Amino acid sequence: MIDFEIEPQIEEARKVTRENALKHFRPIARYYDEHEHESPEDLIDTLWQDPSLGMAGAMGGGVGGIGPGMVLLAEEMTWGDAGLMLCSPGPGLGGAALMMAGTPEQLGRFMMSYGQGNPKWGCMAITEPGCGSDTSAITTTATRDGDEWVLNGEKIFASAGQRALDNEGGFVVVWASVDRSAGRAGIKSFVVPSGTPGIRVEKLEKKLGIRASDTASLILEDCRIPYDNILGNPEVVVDKAKGEGYKKVFATFDLTRPFVAAMALGVGRAALEFVQEVFDKEGIKIRYGMPRNKLTSLERDYMEMEASWKAAQMLTLRAAWMMGQMSRNDLQASMAKAKAGIAVTKVTQKAVELLGPLGYSRDSLLEKWMRDSKINDIFEGTGQVNTLIVARRILGFDREQLK
Amino acid sequence: MISFSPSEEQKMVITTMKQFATDEIRKIYRDCDEEGEIPESIIEKAWEFGLIAGSIPESLGGFGSEHSAVSGALVAEELAWGDLSMAMHFLSPALTAFPILEAGTEEQKAKYLPLFCEKARKYATAALLEPRFNFDLNELATSARLDGSDYVLNGEKCYVPLAANADLMIIYASLDGDTQGFIVEKGTSGLEVGEREKNMGIKALATYKLGLKDCRVPKSNRLGGEAGCDFTRIQNYSQVALSSMAVGVAKAAHEYALEYAKQRYAWGEPIASRQAIAFMLAEQYIDIEATRPMTWEAAWELDRGMDANKDAYLTKMYADDMVMTVTDRSVQVLGGHGYIREHPVELYLRNGRGFATFDGMAIV
Repeated sequence: MIDFEIEPQIEEARKVTRENALKHFRPIARYYDEHEHESPEDLIDTLWQDPSLGMAGAMGGGVGGIGPGMVLLAEEMTWGDAGLMLCSPGPGLGGAALMMAGTPEQLGRFMMSYGQGNPKWGCMAITEPGCGSDTSAITTTATRDGDEWVLNGEKIFASAGQRALDNEGGFVVVWASVDRSAGRAGIKSFVVPSGTPGIRVEKLEKKLGIRASDTASLILEDCRIPYDNILGNPEVVVDKAKGEGYKKVFATFDLTRPFVAAMALGVGRAALEFVQEVFDKEGIKIRYGMPRNKLTSLERDYMEMEASWKAAQMLTLRAAWMMGQMSRNDLQASMAKAKAGIAVTKVTQKAVELLGPLGYSRDSLLEKWMRDSKINDIFEGTGQVNTLIVARRILGFDREQLK
Repeated sequence: MISFSPSEEQKMVITTMKQFATDEIRKIYRDCDEEGEIPESIIEKAWEFGLIAGSIPESLGGFGSEHSAVSGALVAEELAWGDLSMAMHFLSPALTAFPILEAGTEEQKAKYLPLFCEKARKYATAALLEPRFNFDLNELATSARLDGSDYVLNGEKCYVPLAANADLMIIYASLDGDTQGFIVEKGTSGLEVGEREKNMGIKALATYKLGLKDCRVPKSNRLGGEAGCDFTRIQNYSQVALSSMAVGVAKAAHEYALEYAKQRYAWGEPIASRQAIAFMLAEQYIDIEATRPMTWEAAWELDRGMDANKDAYLTKMYADDMVMTVTDRSVQVLGGHGYIREHPVELYLRNGRGFATFDGMAIV
């Protein structure tokens, strides 16, 4: 039955998450934006004590399991602060890859120590200096040597890469090719635990936004990992009918794209609420129900921002809901990501415009939210890559028919 | 619990409507648009589905299902996917029936709702729009004034679907500054049905101007009786209906453009193999898929008895823009062929543009 009621336990978790965001994220958001590469140790400890307040809480869907709850909780967190949320200790995107493609044994081996001891992080390393969206161009290699894989190459833009490698129990999921001649089919993912010789952080990026989140360049030099650290089928299957080797029931992106869309929604909502607060203070009322040709330009802009936010939210909830229903959601995940990325980019940019000198000032967080939100139109597949995926799916075209 | 899945019963209704739209509506809609007429036979068939009676309680002769804006939205989308003129025609009796069902007094319900449950088709409609560019549904120029035991209506209305045939209609007028509805029967003195209008789109649907010259309506026919009605809420039902129809029209246009783009070759490959075309199609699809659940959510709020004004209004605003863009881009995908009436996309564009105007012309 079509229903938009949020279960009481998710509603409650949402409330707690929002309170936490207000208490722990918002007050330090500006500081860590202006002190890039400093680490918010107190916050990390807080989130390690209670992982449900950070990314891990949302990734697993919190109380509701995988489904719309994931979207609603992630939204509350990035409403607090997107960069700080991304600092959350926990398995993160690397964990998502494990959950999607790992065996129970691998899950146990790499994830069991989460929740114990000191804070630790998981990380995903796909991008390279020479390739981003085109993962078939990955040049990092994994060569089998007896009971081991030997990894060589360079990775960039690895979120939490430094934290994952610097803390015991952390790991990086590295995408590498076992057979360069096989193209995409040769790409596999490998778990590299922290403390493994041959992997190191080369540098940390300086970014437009989400500055609290470390974005690392990693160098792999004869980095040796056990053979069974490979995720998914080690065989190179080029035959499409059998499915490509790295594909499991769900690809990692089917989870992470709605998640990123939800992150965008949180930042967008923060901006919308901020603008609304200014309107309230100035006695400006948004008149829902007026004929469009009688609206002020301000009202119209604001309503359009709200409506496009809502459109993005609906696609995101639906993508997450389908995942919860165990339905194939790759199309919906890409739609949600494409829509939310651009919608919130525009919402925050417009919000800065609407508030004039107030919006552009670093005295409030609005300009920061504009910078933060832009990443959602870029990572986990740019808006264009996701649009391309949608186009291929609705046309029934493969990558040769629509490049 | 959040769910985007229609109930089994709703799925059956969707299938039935889709079938009807495919087998019947789509066979004749182009001719209907050219000739400005919808054949009696298909109007009869549509009536037999009991689209209105299905929402009326058994005690008043209906089938007794609960009136549901969500179910209504699903029906409206499928019918409008078939053809907008026909969707508006087939659902026009609801323009009288549903406001009475939602806001009428017990007396009004008992008197009028059984009419919509009869085997013989009823024509009924509503008059809200007025012929001026700055029409404001909250500040109508049409006025209602209490005079003894009657309300006296004066003013001018336009875009009144099927007014010439209507046995019954709700006329909206300003009563002391508030928009209120009045149930008016055919032949009431002072009710003058004007010429059939000539519109850019929805050409198969006959719409009329209406003159109200000291039109006297018994006091008891004010919608909701002495207490009146919550017009905003009625409007919200209408916004849901129109938004769903916009989704249906947009979907029809998108599907046509998509198929065309796969068949049409340029430089040795389908034009859909070019990102310039493929991206237009993908963006259309994303926006259609986003608008649909927005309409569902507003409808769901109405069904729950919640205040739906903000969501219904924003959804309608979004749907108006969405259907305009999607239908325009669909013409664009076909290029010169899109401009020729052999292809339906020009019809979708003409119809699509109307949604920003069609206030109060459909309801769920």
